[in-house]
Amino acid sequence: MTEVVSIASRVSAHETLRGSAGRGHIRIDGVSIVFGSGRAAHQAVTSTTLDIRPGEFVCILGPSGCGKSTLLNSIAGYVRPSTGEISVDGEAVSGPGPDRGMVFQQYSLFPWKTIRENIAFGPKVGGRSATECGSIANTFLEMVGLTKFANAYPAELSGGMQQRVGIARALANYPSVLLMDEPFGALDAQTRLMMQESLLNIWSEFGTTVVFVTHDVDEAIFLADRILIMSASPGSVIADLKVPLARPRSLEVETSEAFMELKRSCHEKIRAESLRAFQQQAQ
Amino acid sequence: MQKALRETVAYTASPPSAGPAQAAHPPVDAPPKSDGSQAARSVQAAVTHALAALRGNAYGLAVGTLGLFIGIVLWHLATTHSVDFYVNFANVPPPVQVLDALIRHLQDLRFYVHIQVSVQRIATGFLLATLLGVLLGTLMGRSRLGRALFYPYIEVLRPIPAVAWIPLAILMWPTDEASIVYITFLGALFPIVINTMHGVEQAPEVLVRAAKSLGASRMQIFWHVIFPSALPSITTGLAVGMGVSWFSLLAGEIISGQYGIGYFTWNAYSLINYPDIIVGMLVTGALGTISTYLVRLGARPLLKWQRKAR
Ligand SMILES: Nc1ncnc2c1ncn2[C@@H]1O[C@H](COP(=O)(O)OP(=O)(O)O)[C@@H](O)[C@H]1O
Ligand SMILES: [Mg+2]
Repeated sequence: MTEVVSIASRVSAHETLRGSAGRGHIRIDGVSIVFGSGRAAHQAVTSTTLDIRPGEFVCILGPSGCGKSTLLNSIAGYVRPSTGEISVDGEAVSGPGPDRGMVFQQYSLFPWKTIRENIAFGPKVGGRSATECGSIANTFLEMVGLTKFANAYPAELSGGMQQRVGIARALANYPSVLLMDEPFGALDAQTRLMMQESLLNIWSEFGTTVVFVTHDVDEAIFLADRILIMSASPGSVIADLKVPLARPRSLEVETSEAFMELKRSCHEKIRAESLRAFQQQAQ
Repeated sequence: MQKALRETVAYTASPPSAGPAQAAHPPVDAPPKSDGSQAARSVQAAVTHALAALRGNAYGLAVGTLGLFIGIVLWHLATTHSVDFYVNFANVPPPVQVLDALIRHLQDLRFYVHIQVSVQRIATGFLLATLLGVLLGTLMGRSRLGRALFYPYIEVLRPIPAVAWIPLAILMWPTDEASIVYITFLGALFPIVINTMHGVEQAPEVLVRAAKSLGASRMQIFWHVIFPSALPSITTGLAVGMGVSWFSLLAGEIISGQYGIGYFTWNAYSLINYPDIIVGMLVTGALGTISTYLVRLGARPLLKWQRKAR
């Protein structure tokens, strides 16, 4: 491919980068999720109702095992709610689909595909031409700063780079919703901070709705417009907090008074909830 | 057999460790440049590479050669002194005679006909086993119905050794040739089916989910996710199957036929031409090793991603 062609296609792809803006309205209506049946039945999520606005960045925060992944997976369409309904932009979710991009914690790239092929996978199975796939791949390789690694295999990349590819791969379908399940949970602290900043940059360019699961309070506050705190067994949303921090945010914000205030309040809610769960178990 | 099979499966399932030669590579290959000095440098690098690899293997090579040499010397001594201590060496030809016979046969066209016939039988039987084995293994690994339907057959028929099939094969198939190919095919089939099935089953769920969320259809998930993730296991199945098909072939050729390296070996015994027995054995071993190596070599381009692990 000549340089002229690739630049031209990159420009046209950039124009559509905000194509997802205005879409991505998630409605969760009275959803509860039960695994198993009879005696072995386990309620992972209890009657949850939520409304997530287009373009909103929402963090779901809660301790391990409280049902965060289950709730996210039900939006993704991997798990069917036992009761209630989920819709995105008015359309009921009935299974996984390319309108909802998913980023997993780790090891989710196709190891036998190069970075370029991984990123172009969505457009390719969606029936786009090879040329289109190529230019989309270039756009997103550049966006996550991995153009140099286009022809490498995932195993040759560090954990942080692999997650950047995972984000690029999900976004290459121009989804209206980006679902992320502790995507930085397996990274070291330094890389993690860098990834958070670069995710915010990407999101501000993209404008897609993001639902981000984490158990790290700092991460949730730094990233989100809105934090949903989940309680343990049975999982339900016990607090819905707005994050009053201006954007664009940089890491300095983490030492601001507003940040500290919110952090205190999150910890308080989580502690009260843990205590309640603990007493419940003791009875 | 079953244990060996499981071990090979486990072996490929673990991530391949980078050998000394690979560790020397930079993580990402620089784009090749085509000016002369660059070429000279890359040749030099390749030579340094090869030398380093050789030095790494030199110890193993030295010990291996020494071991072989000692074995041959012991063989020589045992035969020249006609050792008869439970195992009887009186009728075993010494290594020099075997070498002599081997050299003689290598100059004889008829010997190559035996080899050619055997190789053709292996090729036919192995190819059929690969087609059917991968198909069946995939069905059994992906579909509950497929598994329920075929697994009993596989489990009942798998432990039956090739030799036990010979009488029935001769009765069933119209020609000797067909029955020998059938037995060769059977030998290769089971390792291929079992390894394919396991490989297909073990496709990571997270990758299947990722593909679904990216919009892939069932067929696309199969071709882009399930099949490539099963390939290392399938390759192991093919390599093991290739080995088994050789000893099935030999069993078949010993019982019937007028050509083939198995026939050659058994015929040498009937004709009291003892050095030729060992010639036949050695050539069989060499052909088996070479063909197994070719299977692995053939799969290599498809498994490039595996060797690139950091
Ligand atoms: N497929 C499943 N079958 C049965 N139980 C499950 C399944 N997935 C999750 N669970 C249970 O549901 C609860 C919530 O799990 P999960 O959503 O993974 O929690 P989190 O992501 O917050 O750590 C846990 O108790 C877990 O054991
Ligand atoms: Mg989880």
